[in-house]
Amino acid sequence: MIENYVEDSKMMGRIFDGKESKKGAKNIRFNAEYMIEKLLMLCAGISILAIVLIALFILVRGVPLIAKTGLNDFLFNLKWDPTRGSFGIGTMFIGSLVVTLASMLWSVPLGLLTAVFMAEIAPPSVGNFMARMVELLAGIPSVVYGFFGLVVIVPLIREYLGGNGMSVLAGALILGIMILPTLINISRDAIIAVPREYKEGSLALGATHYQTIRRVIMPAARSGIITAIVLGMGRAIGETMAVVMVTGNSTIIPDGPLTPVRTMTSNIVLEMGYAAGDHQAALFATGTVLFIFIVVLNLIVNISAKAGSQNAAN
Amino acid sequence: MTNRIKIKSKDINLFYRDFQALYNINMDVEENRVTALIGPSGCGKSTFLRILNRLNELIEGTRIDGQVFMDDYAIYDKEINVVDLRKKVGMVFQKPSVFPMSIYENVAYGPKIHGIKDRRRLDEIVEKSLKAANLWQEVSDRLNSSAARLSGGQQQRLVIARVLAVEPQVILMDEPASALDPISTSKLEDLIAELKNNYTIVIVTHNMQQAARVSDYTGFFLNGKLVEFNRTDELFVNPRDKRTEDYITGRFG
Amino acid sequence: MLQTKLKEKMITVLFWLSALIIVGILIAVIGYIFVKGLAHVNLDFILEAPKRAGKEGGISTTIIGTLYLTAVSLFIAVPLGVATAIYLEEYARQKSRFAFIVNLTAETLAGIPSIIYGLFGFVFFVIFMNMGWSIISGGLTLAIMILPTITRTSQEAILSVPGEYRENSLALGASKWQTISKIIIPAAVPGILTGVILSIGRAIGETAAIILTAGSSLGMPLSLADPARTMSVHLYILAMEGLSMERAFGTAVLIVVLVIIINYLANLSLRRLSHSR
Ligand SMILES: Nc1ncnc2c1ncn2[C@@H]1O[C@H](COP(=O)(O)OP(=O)(O)OP(=O)(O)O)[C@@H](O)[C@H]1O
Ligand SMILES: [Mg+2]
Repeated sequence: MIENYVEDSKMMGRIFDGKESKKGAKNIRFNAEYMIEKLLMLCAGISILAIVLIALFILVRGVPLIAKTGLNDFLFNLKWDPTRGSFGIGTMFIGSLVVTLASMLWSVPLGLLTAVFMAEIAPPSVGNFMARMVELLAGIPSVVYGFFGLVVIVPLIREYLGGNGMSVLAGALILGIMILPTLINISRDAIIAVPREYKEGSLALGATHYQTIRRVIMPAARSGIITAIVLGMGRAIGETMAVVMVTGNSTIIPDGPLTPVRTMTSNIVLEMGYAAGDHQAALFATGTVLFIFIVVLNLIVNISAKAGSQNAAN
Repeated sequence: MTNRIKIKSKDINLFYRDFQALYNINMDVEENRVTALIGPSGCGKSTFLRILNRLNELIEGTRIDGQVFMDDYAIYDKEINVVDLRKKVGMVFQKPSVFPMSIYENVAYGPKIHGIKDRRRLDEIVEKSLKAANLWQEVSDRLNSSAARLSGGQQQRLVIARVLAVEPQVILMDEPASALDPISTSKLEDLIAELKNNYTIVIVTHNMQQAARVSDYTGFFLNGKLVEFNRTDELFVNPRDKRTEDYITGRFG
Repeated sequence: MLQTKLKEKMITVLFWLSALIIVGILIAVIGYIFVKGLAHVNLDFILEAPKRAGKEGGISTTIIGTLYLTAVSLFIAVPLGVATAIYLEEYARQKSRFAFIVNLTAETLAGIPSIIYGLFGFVFFVIFMNMGWSIISGGLTLAIMILPTITRTSQEAILSVPGEYRENSLALGASKWQTISKIIIPAAVPGILTGVILSIGRAIGETAAIILTAGSSLGMPLSLADPARTMSVHLYILAMEGLSMERAFGTAVLIVVLVIIINYLANLSLRRLSHSR
C-alpha cells in the first residue's frame, strides 16, 4: 500500500513539470480569487452606502423646511400647529432634553455604582449573575418598557403624586431603566480594563479598597465612563416607544416633573401616520435635528475611542 | 554518496520591513535526505524554512532578494503558481494545529482542495497517509471523531498525514517535536527516518542530539547568516567554524 | 478608625443595594407582566387571528408578521454582515482608510435610533422605491438596523479563529478563499450565531421603525409585498388605543418569553464558544 503510494508520488517527478503552472490556469484561479475579494469589498461598502442614503434621504426631506422657517424659529418656536402651518419644535426640543437629563439624574449614579460593584466588589459568581441580568434588561424591547410604564408607573404617579400620571417623571423613570445597560456595560468594561498594577500599587501603599476605587480606578477609567454616559444620553434622546407611551405628549413646556411633555421622537411616531406636505416635511426636519445630533455624538465618541486605542497600541 | 540537489538557495536576503533577517544564504538540499537547521533563537531558521514554500509572503512588508531553485525551477519566478509550489512542499509547524473537524476530514482536506471528489479515492488516500504517518493503527476505528481529542503526539502525526495526503516531494518541519513528550518525540524521529526514503526533509530543531540523530546534513545559523553547512557527522565531530563549535559544545557540554 | 470602618461598611451596603435595585427592576417588569398576562395566554390566543381591530380573537397574524419580517431581515443582513466581516478581517490592510471608514460606519449605524431608521425606510423603501408598507420595506429597514450587530460579532468570531489554521491551510496549497470558506468560516460559526441570535431579539422587539415601514395591517401577510403588523406593534396599538388590555398583557408575555429564550440561547452559544477555545 505504502509502496504504491510512493510510486505515485515518484511518478509525478519533479516539482514543476510544466503541466500545472501554465499561465491560463493560473490566471483563472487568480481571477476567481480577485473577484471574490472585490465582491466582499462591495458588501463591506454597503454599510457606507446605507449611511449615506440615510443621511441623504432624511436631510433632503427635512432641510428645506428648516431653511424655510429658519433654524432658530424651527428649534425654539414654541408653537407646533402643523395644520395651520406653524412648525416650531421648541416644546419638543426642550421636552427631549428635560426627559433625557431627568432620566440620567438617577440612572447614571445607579449605573456607575452597579458597574463598580460588578467589576470590583462582587464575588465572580455574583458578577456573572449581574451580567446576565443586565443583558436581559438590555434585551427587553422598548415597547414592553413603555407598556410597563403605562400600566404601572403612570397609575402609581397619578395615585400618590397627583396629576394624571403621564409626565416627565414617568418618562424619566422608564428611560432611565432603558439606558442602564448601556451605562453599566461600557463603564464596567472600562473599569475592568484598568491595569492591575495601578490597583496593586495603590493597595501596596496602604490605601483601602474604596480609596483605591475612588482615587485610582475611577480616574483611570474616566474616558470609558464618559463614553458610557454620552452613549447612554444618545440612546435616551433617540428612544421612542417607551416615552411616547408614558409622557402624555402635550406640546407644552413642562413646568414640573408631573406635567406631560412631548419629545422629538414621540412627535415623529405620533404624527407620521397621517402627516402630509409641509407637515410631513416638518417631521423629517425633526428627524434631521435628531439624526445630526446623534451622529455627531457617536462620531465624537467613536473617533476619540479609536484614537485612544491607537495611542495605547503605539 | 551524494544525491541529486532538490533545492538550491542562492544569495537569499530577507527583510521584514527595515529589519534584515537573512544574509546571503546559499544552501544545497539533497533529495531524499534529512537536512537539519540549528542555531540560537531568533537567528532566522524559521524564516529560511518559510522561504522554501513562500509562506513569508503572507507577512506584510516582507522583501526577498536572491533565488531559490527547486528541480531547477526558480520558485520566486512570476510564472510559478504558489498553490502548485505549496502542494509539493508540505510544512509541519511547531505547534500541531489540527483543524476543528474529524480525523478523516483533516487528512482529506488537502486532496479535496486540490479537486479530488471521489469518495473511494479519498478513503484510499486517507488510509495511505495515516499509515505512512504511523497513525493508522491508533485511529482507524475512530476516523470520524474529532481530531482535537487526539494527544499532542498523535496530533502532530495527524498533521504529517495531512501533509502526506497532498503527495508532496519536500516536507518542511519547524521544531516538530518541541511540544511533544519523549515517547512521542522518539516515535516522530522514527517516522522521519522512514519518510526520508521517499521525501526530501528539511527540519528545524533546537535539540542538538535530535539533529545528530535524524539528519544527514546540518546547517548552523547565527544572526541571520548560515555560518556552517556540512554533513551532520562532519559538523558535529569536526566543526570548521569556532562559532559552530562554541554552540554545539555549549549545548552538549 | 472606627468611623472609617463604619463608612466602609456603609459604602459596601450602598454597592450591594444598587445591584439589588437593578435586579429588582428586572423582576418587577418581568414579574408584573407575567402575573397580569399569563392568564390570557393560551393556545387559542396564539393560533387565532385578531378580530375587531384586536379587541377580540388572538394574535396569530402578528406572530406570523414578526416571524416573516425577522426572517427577511436576517436573510439580507447575515450574508452582508458576514461578508463585511470577512473583508475587514481577512482582506483589508490593517490601516486602510476604507476599513477605518467601514468600522466607523458600523458603529455609527449602531447608534442611530430606530425612529430615524423608520423615517428613512419610509421615504426610501416605501415611497421612493415604491414598495409601499410591506414586509419587504420593513425587512430591508430592519436588515440595515441589525447589520452592525452581525458585522461586529462576525468580526470578533473571525478574529478568534487561531492564526495557525490559516497558515496550515495555505501551506497545504489551499487558496485564500478556500481557507476562508472551508476553515475559517466554519470555525467562526458559533460566534456568528451569537450575533444572529442577538439580532433576532432586536428584530422581534423593534417597533418604531416597523410601524413606519411595514404598516400595521392585521391581515395575514402572504407575500413580501403585503403589509404586516408585528407583535410589538400590536402591543403598542392595543395599549395606546386602549383596545384590549388583556390582549396587550398576553402579547407582552409572549414577547418577554421570546426575549428570555433568545437571551438564554445567546448565552449558550457564547459559552460553547469559550469552552471550545
Ligand atoms: N513577522 C516578522 N516581522 C518582523 N520580524 C520578524 C518576523 N518574524 C520573525 N522576525 C524576526 O526575524 C528574526 C528571525 O526570526 P525566526 O523566526 O526566523 O527565528 P528562529 O531562528 O526560527 O527562532 P526560534 O528558534 O526562536 O524559532 C528574529 O529576529 C525575529 O524577531
Ligand atoms: Mg522558529
